[in-house]
Amino acid sequence: MISKKVKDVKEALIGVKDGMTLMLGGFGLCGIPENAIGELVQLGVNNLTCISNNAGVDDFGLGLLLQGRQIKKMISSYVGENDEFERQMLSGELEVELTPQGTLAEKCRAAQTGFPAFYTPAGYGTEVADGKETREFNGKMYVLEEAFKADFSFVKAWKGDEAGNLIFKGTARNFNPCMCGAARITIAEVEELLPAGSLDPNDIHVPGIFIQRIFQGTNYEKRIEQRTVRPKE
Amino acid sequence: MLDKIGIAKRIAQEVKDKYYVNLGIGIPTLVANYVNPSIEVEFQSENGVLGMGPFPFEGEEDPDLINAGKQTITTLAGASFFDSAMSFGMIRGRHVHLTILGAMEVAQNGDIANWKIPGKMVKGMGGAMDLVASAENIIVAMMHTNKHGDSKLLKSCTLPLTGVGCVKKIVTNLAVLEIVDDSFLLLEKAPGVSIDDIRNATEGNLTVPDIVPDMTV
Repeated sequence: MISKKVKDVKEALIGVKDGMTLMLGGFGLCGIPENAIGELVQLGVNNLTCISNNAGVDDFGLGLLLQGRQIKKMISSYVGENDEFERQMLSGELEVELTPQGTLAEKCRAAQTGFPAFYTPAGYGTEVADGKETREFNGKMYVLEEAFKADFSFVKAWKGDEAGNLIFKGTARNFNPCMCGAARITIAEVEELLPAGSLDPNDIHVPGIFIQRIFQGTNYEKRIEQRTVRPKE
Repeated sequence: MLDKIGIAKRIAQEVKDKYYVNLGIGIPTLVANYVNPSIEVEFQSENGVLGMGPFPFEGEEDPDLINAGKQTITTLAGASFFDSAMSFGMIRGRHVHLTILGAMEVAQNGDIANWKIPGKMVKGMGGAMDLVASAENIIVAMMHTNKHGDSKLLKSCTLPLTGVGCVKKIVTNLAVLEIVDDSFLLLEKAPGVSIDDIRNATEGNLTVPDIVPDMTV
């Protein structure tokens, strides 16, 4: 067994510096690496480029990094629900690169799996395809999209073991598996970190080979963005 | 004339047995409530779930279980979870049979604009560009005109495009229309709506057959 375990979030984030490109898992506030974001705020690193499907809300998730103006550029598919984001974007302080959601996921997976680029139909004929190579296959047009290049990837899983193997829960899985091994260093935080051998190899969603550091996360808030319920009959 | 519920009810008739369906935010979300209960259908949400069920009972919300609108949901028997790349693999690979989404404008050639208004805060396209570029069958649910009374069914879109030549069918508060040969073919009209009403609310080419039945909802 090759151990990936580090003692805490501080040790996990050693080497994160100003100006780096970071990937962060999550969809809305679901499955976000809460502990890593908290530590990025503590470290005060800035001029960051963040690749994440969304940008959090004003006072949670990536919104916390926006408050401290730590982000120079966001690469996302959807950035609503965040007033500070809107203010920084309209004033030109924050650069934003909007990318179709499936393309965003695939640019992560391409980086993970060694493809420099891929063709997708998404965005053909729209401003997303401006300046990009297009090509016809079997009568349909496609846009060439390149793999991301990132320094650190931060993912959040439900359970993990010392070997870095990960299991996700519900829709908190989302972008997290695609970002594992898609940056130079991938850091996983988990709700429950177990000794190697505790997880059935059949149940692993992401093998530890894609993870460089894993730590036991603490104090998960797991905020709900849109609480929708139906009355009990 | 139909209201939003009426549009959702009419679109629900397009959902067939054994379909996997992706529903957009807004009117499309309502469609799930009116699908024939005797057919087998699974709803996909692009954040990574197939077999989506209704909202949870109060007190049973799970922060790890949401739909693409970030709303808390439940799952039904046979449901599954997967990552975002696999989710869009299902969509791009045409395993999802039907996509239902809203729009700001649709052109007579099937172009759609639904993500950006110049001069306004742009929130992003989310999964809409992937969905419209890939889906086998796309139905647009929308009002026939915008809040200024201007037609949303146009000769060509004025807003930045989400996708080109992709819309197959449109259900509005006034009519059901199909895109055929660079024209909106009028299939059905809403109860109490005349063909002239529809003609006046449609800027693009409108093809009117001899017989146009009323929708049944």
